[in-house]
Amino acid sequence: MAQPEQKPERYTGETLPAWSLPAAASEEIGVVVEWPERVTRDWALGGSTGAGIRVCILDSGVQPDHPLVGSLEGAVALRKTEEGEIVVEDDTEGDLCGHGTACAGIVRSLAPDCRLFSVRVLGAGFKGSGAVLLEGLRWAIGQGFDVINMSLSTTKKQFSGLLHELADSAYFRRSVLVASAHNMPVESYPWRFSSVISVGSHEEQDPRTFFYNPSPPVEFFARGVNVDVAWLGGAKIRSSGNSFATPHMSGICTLILAKHPELTPFQLKSILYLTASNVGGAE
Amino acid sequence: MSDNELRAAVSAGVMSAESEHRALLQSIVEVARAIFSAKAASIFLHDEETDELVFEAVAGEGSDSLVGTRFPSSTGVAGWVLVTRQPLVIDDLEQDPRHARETAESTGYVPRAMMSVPLLHDERALGVLNVLDRSQEVEFSLGQMELLGLFANQAAIALDLLQRARHAQAVLTQSGSDAGAIARIAAALEDLDEEQREPVLRLLSALDDVLRADVSF
Repeated sequence: MAQPEQKPERYTGETLPAWSLPAAASEEIGVVVEWPERVTRDWALGGSTGAGIRVCILDSGVQPDHPLVGSLEGAVALRKTEEGEIVVEDDTEGDLCGHGTACAGIVRSLAPDCRLFSVRVLGAGFKGSGAVLLEGLRWAIGQGFDVINMSLSTTKKQFSGLLHELADSAYFRRSVLVASAHNMPVESYPWRFSSVISVGSHEEQDPRTFFYNPSPPVEFFARGVNVDVAWLGGAKIRSSGNSFATPHMSGICTLILAKHPELTPFQLKSILYLTASNVGGAE
Repeated sequence: MSDNELRAAVSAGVMSAESEHRALLQSIVEVARAIFSAKAASIFLHDEETDELVFEAVAGEGSDSLVGTRFPSSTGVAGWVLVTRQPLVIDDLEQDPRHARETAESTGYVPRAMMSVPLLHDERALGVLNVLDRSQEVEFSLGQMELLGLFANQAAIALDLLQRARHAQAVLTQSGSDAGAIARIAAALEDLDEEQREPVLRLLSALDDVLRADVSF
């Protein structure tokens, strides 16, 4: 795989004390805000094709050159060796299930010029899948992807602390983590963490329609019912689930970031709120 | 023998037999199949030791021969659902030849549509509930997804009971006659009618007092 280059650091923090802001230093962190008085959907993403934004599909792999996916810029697979070590290797098998391909196709349909990468953390069975998922996420954050799509979760409490740290680390490093919420009353992670963008499904058919949920923990609803998605063998199938709402939200985030690359995850989430279909984005 | 094992062993005596838990699972797949007007419904248990999915209950197509059949947990849509803990609904499966072949090999039946939901209990993923070829007269909706989730909760509780009963029976089998005798007494007590039970309970209560008494003979 052509290794993705590290994202340039936008702020090093070297000139300021760690956790305080002396009066004389306040000028150094001046933030130029060019948001309009009223943030609209058109200002946020109008005309954007997602160009230049690096999107990681953390999933079952992605079938390369699927007509609905197009070209992949890189693909790796994580695997647990017999010695219990987790290794990252170039992915030569593509998608083992179809799910990662479906997610990649949805992101591509919304953001045709984004740069897609696949990190395969699933497909080798259930045993050890939590540990592989964790390492895959750690690896993806280390690569500095702009958007990481996670249409999966774990229910294992033993992983929640570490996942929480990783989610926060992504948040502070400006990697936007978009994670599938559960539609069953169970505790699972990482979608419950406030540092990620959590996504459930709505039933409407417009891929750009999304709603803000004023009653978290699920924060947004995106298209996830009866979606025509890319599948194995160049095929297309109709599918439903929060797994497919999530890449819709990833695609929308990609469009906004391509137009406004300076945004932090915090600011991006604010724009998502302001432009949600039930807030100000319906017009 | 630890307290936990003893408790498990005694529980085995008072809890209903495995066949009754199986009947509960069977009832769940039958109802799921009927509610969704589906061709078939099935419940898989994840065998942690072998990392395989095992058919525990099947209603409809293939129901005669599939119970007990195993396949790797990395296989197909059910495997995906187990690992991701995310429900998945797929239509037009015939467009996916690889899936069709895998499914045909494992079930002898190739569905066109599949609803698959993980069976989650506490923090464990116990297995998967599949509903095949639901009626296509009504387009899939979030209401159906919610219904599927409700069935999944019920199935997860039933699977948990089945696993506990099996574990308890395994403990009983391994632990020799002491716990077995206690379990047999507990089971026999359950079967007695009111009149017979009362004197036996008095006797057991007296025995309990003697065992708890801080005296030595």
